Amino acid sequence: MKELIEFINNNLQIVYIIILAIFVGIEVIKSIPAVLHTPLMSGANALSGVVIVGAILVMLHSNPTDYLALGLGFTAVVLGVLNVVGGFAVTNRMLEMFKKKK
Amino acid sequence: MSVILSIIYLIATVTFIVGLKKLGHPDTAKSGNLIAATGMGLAIIGTIFIHDLQVPTIIYVLIGIAIVIGSIIGWLIAIKVEMTKMPELVSLFNGFGGASAALIGIVEFGNSDIKTTSATIVATILSAIVIGAITFSGSLIAWGKLNGSVKSVVKIPQYNIINNLVIIAIIAASTYLVAGSIDNPIFLYAILTAGLLYGILFVLPIGGADMPVVISLLNSLTGIAAAITGVLYGNMVMLVGGILVGSAGIILTVAMCKAMNRTLFSVIFGSFTASEGPEGTNKALGSIKSTTSSDAAIMMNYATNVIIVPGYGLAVAQAQHVIHELEELLVSKGVNVKYAIHPVAGRMPGHMNVLLAESNVDYDLLAEMEDINPQFNNADVVLVVGANDVVNPAAHNDPSSPIYGMPILDVENAKHIVVNKRSMKAGYAGIENELFYNDKTSMLFGDAKKMITELVAEIKNM
Repeated sequence: MKELIEFINNNLQIVYIIILAIFVGIEVIKSIPAVLHTPLMSGANALSGVVIVGAILVMLHSNPTDYLALGLGFTAVVLGVLNVVGGFAVTNRMLEMFKKKK
Repeated sequence: MSVILSIIYLIATVTFIVGLKKLGHPDTAKSGNLIAATGMGLAIIGTIFIHDLQVPTIIYVLIGIAIVIGSIIGWLIAIKVEMTKMPELVSLFNGFGGASAALIGIVEFGNSDIKTTSATIVATILSAIVIGAITFSGSLIAWGKLNGSVKSVVKIPQYNIINNLVIIAIIAASTYLVAGSIDNPIFLYAILTAGLLYGILFVLPIGGADMPVVISLLNSLTGIAAAITGVLYGNMVMLVGGILVGSAGIILTVAMCKAMNRTLFSVIFGSFTASEGPEGTNKALGSIKSTTSSDAAIMMNYATNVIIVPGYGLAVAQAQHVIHELEELLVSKGVNVKYAIHPVAGRMPGHMNVLLAESNVDYDLLAEMEDINPQFNNADVVLVVGANDVVNPAAHNDPSSPIYGMPILDVENAKHIVVNKRSMKAGYAGIENELFYNDKTSMLFGDAKKMITELVAEIKNM
């Protein structure tokens, strides 16, 4: 418990950011028409691919002889990129259709 | 961390917020998506090149290869996938994101000296692994259930108790590991396995109709996993990006639950029970009347107002193009045609809009549930194509029905109802629909594409 309080104290900025970001997320999404729910979900899904940044950091920090860490990091990058590229591309494809008959 | 990288992350974070905001309006959605994608690209490139680490070339090569492989596969899937498969795709991609987070956690666990690392950091690593694992296996099960390779509802006796035991075991093992600074990898793999197991057990018993809610929830969880890894690295773009997806996902999940009049709690803990009544009970509902395409064509040709209710069956039969042809033909004959779109028509919210947009249906003809429901009174003919649960009157008048209370399209108020279905098989929720036994209802049995093509041909000849 003491550790937790210490952690919060040392990372007060992060705690603030988390709380504010939660509210931004809620406000941004509120009152979105049902028409756009599917593209929105797939767009948000692409955004969660931001873990790719962490996967790249893992690889940058790993020792070239540490095959296990490197292999896991490599897989993490592939999966993360898949999530990002596939997610944005398919969202774009869907929204393209909406645009056509405007 | 260099100032330039910090600024890049800051820009990326802003693009995420602006992008999400713009995704919420039909006119700006496309640019919103591109803005967020650009920000993501910046963050990725910045992370790779801006740092003061001594990184051997081979690592750069490996990162490059990984990115190329992931991009090509992701791109190919995205341009090849059929729009009907959208929900499967979202859950599949989502699972990849979760797996990525779990893998990062595993590597970081191996890299840190557990004995000296702060307990909070170890707890953070473990939660990234657990949440990542849950979203990974859960999303794969959701994907399998949606594409039919995992057969519908698997009933595990007392699954609630088993589920809770698994989650308690995960928490207990994690606490033990954190508190005792245990660096035995066996514990880590046990926790990882339990996380994967929980994902499977959690999604497996959830009924078909609740699947969109589950996908949205898992989506939100991936965001949270990303945010946790962000805390681990003190990385703002991951932190804010993850939290945004997490909180937006929860809001979307709750909105969907509302559309189906279910609480999140009942989706997760009370699985949909399909009524497995004996054959005989069906007869009590009355008799069904089947019709032919020429009779249905005459009815529609001489109608003033026709409302089309498209469901997932329409998409499965790839009939979204012929239905547009039918609608154009009727309009050219002076009939008022509208589409009534239930918020959860298809397999995820807004899915039907995407499908109809794909076949160029005019946006103005798509009416949302609240707007169209009062108009069913004036409708001469309602054509229900491959929809079932969203037009089931049991939601209004049968308190024992699992879908009781779900807002539905009030098609039974129309003068005539034509229902196109392949057979009398129950809908995705697995429950009987008394609408089919209504005196005003005629059933047009057959494949949606074939039957609607016939309707078009008949009407053309009139």
